[in-house]
Amino acid sequence: MSRFSKDSGKKETPAISTASLPDIIFMLLFFFMVVTVMRETNPILKIKLPQATELSKIELKESVAYILIGTPTDVNTFGSAPRIQLNDQYAEVENVKAFVKQSYAEVPDAYKGIFTVSLKVDEEVTMGIVTDVKQELRKADALKIIYAANKKVEQD
Amino acid sequence: MARSKTKGAKEIDASSMADIAFLLLIFFLVTTTIDQDKGIIHKLPAWSEEPPPDDVRINDKNLLEILVNANNQLLVEQEYMELDELKDVVIKHLDNRGKLPNFSESPQEAVISLKNDRGTNYGTYIEIQNSLKAAYAEVRDKYALTLTNGSMNYREIDECSDNEDLDSAKRNSCDDLKKKVQEEYPMKISEAEPVNLGGN
Repeated sequence: MSRFSKDSGKKETPAISTASLPDIIFMLLFFFMVVTVMRETNPILKIKLPQATELSKIELKESVAYILIGTPTDVNTFGSAPRIQLNDQYAEVENVKAFVKQSYAEVPDAYKGIFTVSLKVDEEVTMGIVTDVKQELRKADALKIIYAANKKVEQD
Repeated sequence: MARSKTKGAKEIDASSMADIAFLLLIFFLVTTTIDQDKGIIHKLPAWSEEPPPDDVRINDKNLLEILVNANNQLLVEQEYMELDELKDVVIKHLDNRGKLPNFSESPQEAVISLKNDRGTNYGTYIEIQNSLKAAYAEVRDKYALTLTNGSMNYREIDECSDNEDLDSAKRNSCDDLKKKVQEEYPMKISEAEPVNLGGN
């Protein structure tokens, strides 16, 4: 009897099995792989998108060109005036037209009809620079645009 | 003998598997972003070098004039207004049908003119665009519901006409409905080129 009680005493604290831990982590991994996309541009601008309720989704990423407008993250070097970012680097309003033409040329022929320019603009930026960009887009004949925005959280 | 038997069936040590998976997970967390490609669709007018003709006259009744200054204040039809009132006024304007003297005569003729300052905040501008879209969505929804006897709103009709999984007869009927609604409430928003309206 004494031997029996000794044995059961030993079995009371077994090591916790970590065999299923990799499975759990893999599940998390697959979840993130499915819901996220690769970062395409480096964040050199601080952009807080505005909120809206009447949102549409972009169906095909291949047919979209991105123009970013916001204040530089590195304020000490580039100042705090709003800047335009095209393809990972700072640009001026005059560069927008060439950028859009080039993006349009890179879009596969089948998707040329739904070519869209997505404007990711910080909500604190004033309309002056946005309007200048819009005029350039009109000149470049890229008339379909989408103002990127986040879903508004309703406050009830 | 008994001892060697239990030791014989060795398991592969899987404890490092978790570490490897963690490394992969962290890699993906850092290099990816959550997809947030949503926004307000907007169509720009085509560029033309010529100045706009002067004699385009729209009946003052049919025009709802919205001005925004650099302090993000709204002036609708010469009256100061808060942003959250805008949607209701736009709906009133669209659905007036000649009832009130200073709003539109019919939804087909109603035009909204938006003019903002170069100093207006982009956030405010988007809120205004959003209110306009919301107003149009609401009147279109109402009309779509009466057309279909309450079975479909405008968004559902829109989705149905784009849905390639449905058979063509159903899709065409949705397409017709969509056109009908759009003809009843055409979206006519005119945006003037921004000027300095003052206020800064």
